[in-house]
Amino acid sequence: MPFVPPAVDDVLAALTERFGAVESSVYRGQTQLVVSDRDAFDVLRHLADAGFDLLVDVTCVDYLEYRGARRRYGMVYLLASTATNQRLTVRVFLDDPEPAVQSVVPIWPAANWLEREVWDMFGIRFIGHPDLRRLMMPEEFAAHPLRKDYPLQGRGERHNFPVITRDHS
Amino acid sequence: MSLAPPEIDVTQRGPEAGARSEDYLWTLNFGPQHPATHTTLRLVLKLEGERVVDAMPEIGYLHSGFEKIGEHLTFNQYVTVTDRMNYISPMANNVAWHHAVETLLGLELTPRCKYIRTIIAELARISDHLLCNGAVGLDTGAFTFFLYGFYQREVIYDIFETLCGARFTNSYTRVGGVSQDFTPLVIEKIRTFLKTFPKTLDDMERLLTRNRIFVDRTKGVGVLAKEEAIAGGATGPVARASGVTRDLRKDEPYLAYEDFQFQVCCASAGDCYARYLVRMQEMRESLKIVHQALENLPAGDVNVGIDQRVARPTKQQVYSTIEGTISHFELSMANRGFEVPCAESYAAIEAPNGELGFYVVGDGSETAYRARCRPPSVLHFALFPQLIRGHTLSDVVAVLGSLNIIAAELDR
Repeated sequence: MPFVPPAVDDVLAALTERFGAVESSVYRGQTQLVVSDRDAFDVLRHLADAGFDLLVDVTCVDYLEYRGARRRYGMVYLLASTATNQRLTVRVFLDDPEPAVQSVVPIWPAANWLEREVWDMFGIRFIGHPDLRRLMMPEEFAAHPLRKDYPLQGRGERHNFPVITRDHS
Repeated sequence: MSLAPPEIDVTQRGPEAGARSEDYLWTLNFGPQHPATHTTLRLVLKLEGERVVDAMPEIGYLHSGFEKIGEHLTFNQYVTVTDRMNYISPMANNVAWHHAVETLLGLELTPRCKYIRTIIAELARISDHLLCNGAVGLDTGAFTFFLYGFYQREVIYDIFETLCGARFTNSYTRVGGVSQDFTPLVIEKIRTFLKTFPKTLDDMERLLTRNRIFVDRTKGVGVLAKEEAIAGGATGPVARASGVTRDLRKDEPYLAYEDFQFQVCCASAGDCYARYLVRMQEMRESLKIVHQALENLPAGDVNVGIDQRVARPTKQQVYSTIEGTISHFELSMANRGFEVPCAESYAAIEAPNGELGFYVVGDGSETAYRARCRPPSVLHFALFPQLIRGHTLSDVVAVLGSLNIIAAELDR
């Protein structure tokens, strides 16, 4: 039998008590919460206080071409507890033109580079991030390559690089 | 030995007292091409004499858009890309990727497949730890130790070559199974390795574990406290050396790990030496797991059955049964393939470096809509500035080596 992670019913009950009804679903034993971008920071801080001390991952999915999707960006916060081994996924949905969400670096320092990567790849701004620079791509790069409207073969972004001639080098 | 970084008061010296303290600092660029970074990563170090005041890591030199490629290759094709992430232990990446895909599909593997994957994942862990500890030794001046480790890595490469034809980029797993079953020759080679390796491991420990030069270079260097490790998202040997007892093999037993007896290796010091010790001990535990798995290897099919319609049937089935023929046709045609739910899931394994997980979004097609890799190296490298502050320049390579930073996994 595949391993089933410990239930998170107690956490959900406490969360509902404080923030009202929270949209949640379970797939393959993994519980997923959907919270609004306004509540996201408070909910995540509450969860961190409730024992989810390990931020496993922060990432994003661009739902531009996903069948039936209404919102464009779906932030993914994967949380885990080192004491109880519970796991929880928190989703925050964002839209164009200015996708932005509160940074969780004050809660988990681990979010620093993970949020920089999401900014780099998806162009989502993290409000209150101490050092929101690109992580992988060069600073001159103009696009956000993991967005679905960015083609696999690139879009002539080499034109954005400064041209260094022999005189300037 | 005091572990706290020394107080540096550079304003109280020289005739120009009152000058800004950073005026006296020395900036050193380390990498991206440097033998001791082992891969392409860059560090900008601020030095006060020989002491590192601050470090600014910069990554991205090896960024190859693996996650973007993952949205264009099928679940079986993408395994070749995972080989290139952490190329020190590609087998572990293969297992992690298909573990995530099978979690999304809800597939239950055959017992033989679970055991085989466990064995190769543990062999990959041994080879990863050999290289990591070898590199720490090499960077701190122990060249023989590194060669001992590399010789044994060669033996593991040889096992993998016998198993699947490839030494380095194995691409061994498939959705619902593996590409080749164990042959008697592979089992014999693993048995020989299990017999000969402990002796080499003893030799290696005798070379380095109580070696005064090595201990002086690594003890008390790059100390990571338990709270910092959890807050910084450290996993694997790096976290376990700081006293975090988290090991997914025990905490969330996947594959066949429930069936085996082994210890989770931990230390409390959190320095480079503790990370070295944890890795050395984990190799012995991995040997135990491989031994138990190999002696109890279940008989039977290695891939899931035809009824699941995800793994290719054997030639025998294709030529003699109608189900086999249909299944083979369905899986081979470009516009067919297997069905994937429109859902998202995350699954992780305890890779040699830490928690290696994939967040896979399925959209009904055989290609992932999004294939996010959660690389342990990124979070470990983000911890680097706080580990090195206050130590000397020569400690940079010791700390870097003990975190086992693999740029290909870092940048993807």
